[in-house]
Amino acid sequence: MGLGALMVPGSLLAGNAIDPAEALMEGMDLARKKQLSDMALAAARAKGASYADVRIGRYLRQFIITREKRVQGISNTESFGVGIRVIANGSWGFAASNNVTEADIVKTAERAVAVAKANAKIMTEPVQLAPQKGYGDVSWKTPIEQSAFAVPVKDKVDLLLKVNDIAMQGGASFVTSAIMAVNEQKFFASTDGSYIDQDVHRIYPFFNVTKIDKASGKFETRRSLSSPVGMGYEYLTPLPDSKVAGIVTRYKSRYDILEDIKNATENVNEKIKAKSVEPGKYDLVLDPSHLWLTIHESVAHPTELDRVLGYEANYAGTSFLTLDKWKSGNFQFGSKLVNIVADKLQPGSLGAVGYDDEGVQCKEWDIIKDGILVNYQAIRDQAHIIGLKESQGCCYAQSWEDVQFQRMPNISLKPGASPLSVDDMIRDVEKGIYIVGDGSFSIDQQRYNFQFGGQLFYEIKDGKIAGMLKDVAYQANTREFWNSCTAIADKRDYRLGGAFNDGKGQPSQSNAVSHGSSTTRFNGVNVINTARKI
Amino acid sequence: MAILNKDEAQALLKKVLGFSKADECEASLTGREGGNIRYARNAVSTAGDISTLSLSISATFGKKTGTTTINEFDDASLEKAVRRAEELAQLAPEDPEYMPLPGPQTYKDSITYVPATAAVTPDTRAAAVAKSIQVAKDAKLEAAGFLENTTSFNALANSKGLFAYNTDTDVIFSITTRNQAGTGSGYAARGYNDIRKLDTYSATQVSASKANGSANAKAIEPGRYTVILEPVAAAYMMENLFRGLDARNADEGRSFMSRPGGGNRLGEQLMDDKVTIYSDPFHPELPSGTWNGEGMPLEKTSWIEKGVVKNLSYSRFWAQKKGVKPVPRPGNIIMEGGDVSLEELIRSTERGILVSRLWYIRMVDPQTLLLTGLTRDGTFYIENGVIKHPIKNFRFNESPVIMLNNVEALGKPERTISVESYRSYLVPPMKLRDFTFTSLSDAV
Repeated sequence: MGLGALMVPGSLLAGNAIDPAEALMEGMDLARKKQLSDMALAAARAKGASYADVRIGRYLRQFIITREKRVQGISNTESFGVGIRVIANGSWGFAASNNVTEADIVKTAERAVAVAKANAKIMTEPVQLAPQKGYGDVSWKTPIEQSAFAVPVKDKVDLLLKVNDIAMQGGASFVTSAIMAVNEQKFFASTDGSYIDQDVHRIYPFFNVTKIDKASGKFETRRSLSSPVGMGYEYLTPLPDSKVAGIVTRYKSRYDILEDIKNATENVNEKIKAKSVEPGKYDLVLDPSHLWLTIHESVAHPTELDRVLGYEANYAGTSFLTLDKWKSGNFQFGSKLVNIVADKLQPGSLGAVGYDDEGVQCKEWDIIKDGILVNYQAIRDQAHIIGLKESQGCCYAQSWEDVQFQRMPNISLKPGASPLSVDDMIRDVEKGIYIVGDGSFSIDQQRYNFQFGGQLFYEIKDGKIAGMLKDVAYQANTREFWNSCTAIADKRDYRLGGAFNDGKGQPSQSNAVSHGSSTTRFNGVNVINTARKI
Repeated sequence: MAILNKDEAQALLKKVLGFSKADECEASLTGREGGNIRYARNAVSTAGDISTLSLSISATFGKKTGTTTINEFDDASLEKAVRRAEELAQLAPEDPEYMPLPGPQTYKDSITYVPATAAVTPDTRAAAVAKSIQVAKDAKLEAAGFLENTTSFNALANSKGLFAYNTDTDVIFSITTRNQAGTGSGYAARGYNDIRKLDTYSATQVSASKANGSANAKAIEPGRYTVILEPVAAAYMMENLFRGLDARNADEGRSFMSRPGGGNRLGEQLMDDKVTIYSDPFHPELPSGTWNGEGMPLEKTSWIEKGVVKNLSYSRFWAQKKGVKPVPRPGNIIMEGGDVSLEELIRSTERGILVSRLWYIRMVDPQTLLLTGLTRDGTFYIENGVIKHPIKNFRFNESPVIMLNNVEALGKPERTISVESYRSYLVPPMKLRDFTFTSLSDAV
């Protein structure tokens, strides 16, 4: 459906609690995984499967959460098991087990075939799987410098408590901070002849600082300007050339949490005194730390092919980007400046892997070209619907025990082709608002009408920043909004934002995905004032 | 077998606690069995069965706690898990808010378990879905839906002699029907402890009627309108309010329950006097367990009475700090209503809007509980007591606190589910004045 904001979803907490040291131990030997997978594939075939894939996964997760001087929780979990998916009699079947032994893996494969055969009895059309060559023995690893799991828990706790201390010393009323780390050790084998071993790392450090104005009883918050990333602990080692100077420091591939908490504490004090926005039409200048979420909700979700086809109608919704609009070849989604690409390749992105969860090598492709809708996000059993000869590699399961299905890759707005700085962009704006950081978000089930808040709002008057605003949210129609895009900063400003836990499916599964952009201008957007009195 | 009976659970937990060398030890067992079936485009898309049994052990030395979980139950594994929890406790930082474990408590047996629901098979689920798909096909609509049944048990024991046990059954069903042209959409959702109350046929008929009735909607101007929220819309709208009935957040000054100048709003008239909200583990339509995760007994508790804030939840730590009795969070939520039907609420409305369902509700401002979201799956214009025509969907920006100050009338409470959390609530349909719609949506 959308993002769980700062909530830790239950799905991410699944698994057995372990000693942090156990996370560093080697999992099952690769040769053994291959041997067991071959047994499962043979068992599935013997029972009549025309296709089978096996995912043996070890999922490690560590969450450390603090508030002020207190460690609220330290969680280390490990989940290990196998998921087997088959096609038999033209229908999908899936079964999973946490017993990865010779006897159990064969039984699990046979159960998957039995489920497929049962589903086949009420099938309306058989699965059409796009052809996929086998890659043989291949591997991929997130290019990390330091595994988050190798850093002692004490070091992380000390860092977070230091963050909290800076906020409290700076006059904050409350502060929470956390580090979340994920390591997916995934082995995939299929009857196509692929044996893919992958080691995927993600990390998300964040905080939220609150200031209460005792006189008015009002409070304001400011969240960190960090992003969840596909990196190791090195993300928390600041690099000077990874900082973006401006009205507040923002970050590219490295994050300075101690600097950001200091800035956040100052920001939250300013927010208390900020002017409440006058509702009306404004030109919006949206920083990548904010725009990623607008891209996520208004571009990435409506171009998911399963939504377009109606498979998510009862939960996440459908899409206004129906097949006829794509087939027309001239559906003007946005202005000519708008070029949106899908990929699972960008270094440091949450979507980056070598191969997706059905053994398809990852790639990049256009979704919106010069403002026109040109493609969707598809997996192997959907490729034929949009005339593709191969999958785009968008298949993902949150764990071994969940069936893989279509999930969004990174979906990003290409930077402007002509040189343009953020300062130059602001200089041209007469009446506008510059928004940094993501806030409240809501969009309808077909992705037409949305409303977004933010973390920091700055009024732009006659080309200059005129001070901070609060109580700001903007509402727009997706197509009108993207057609009002009049300027995109060049690649020097390009940054990734992202979602650590995007939910979809019933039962719901969580996916991590990044969205890149440079600062972008949208003209004449409707801004409302969100202040109320109770 | 994932569901242990009371004696089996107690014996296992006693054994675990027997291995403990910590100052305090707590062990909890959770088992869950059930299955789900999902369908779209009038055909089953996925189906699954779930069976899990898990043991969590927390060991504490002083104010340092370590927790481990395990799903192997031989003696050696159990002892190893206890040792691991103890090792993790020694490594953990001190928790200044640690509260000593409670001693033995007295609980009444809950009424949350229904054998008929526990007996559901994949065939039962498939048959229920087949009925739903048939209704959709007959009405020339496309159905997408989800049915999930769960049987679970929880048991908790600690080194101070506390033992608690509960079993629960639950079934949820939701259905979306859409017409071929994509101009009409309807929805229905049901949740019960007892599957015998679930009628997927009639629920899909309701959804189909909304789908066909909502086609070719007309646009009317956004603004303030009298609205009638059906229970499924009202429950979702109020879920953030229910979650916010907590004293600590209020006392800390960061909640709609905070009193300007400090403290909380306990005792204040915050809403219309027609609003009464309480929790009761023994409500026959919506029972809950009789103890919470800490083993504290749950009793009938009034939260809002005739618009006045009667209780806020106090954790054991916060209660001690404030010198009051702990108040566990509600195990269920029941809102009182009146005797009138939805149809009667419509009949009494001169000019207004019937809202079948709300969607994608998110917090805009926690201090006023301002929420934004949209209507969907059947929004209708009412004039002189009758539904005149379907209207296009709206985005709203509204606070449930403000909304519950603008109550015109409440209908007969019904059990319904939140469309996002899938939690069940017992709430009435509500007729409310001055509900704020801020823009139109083209979504169907």
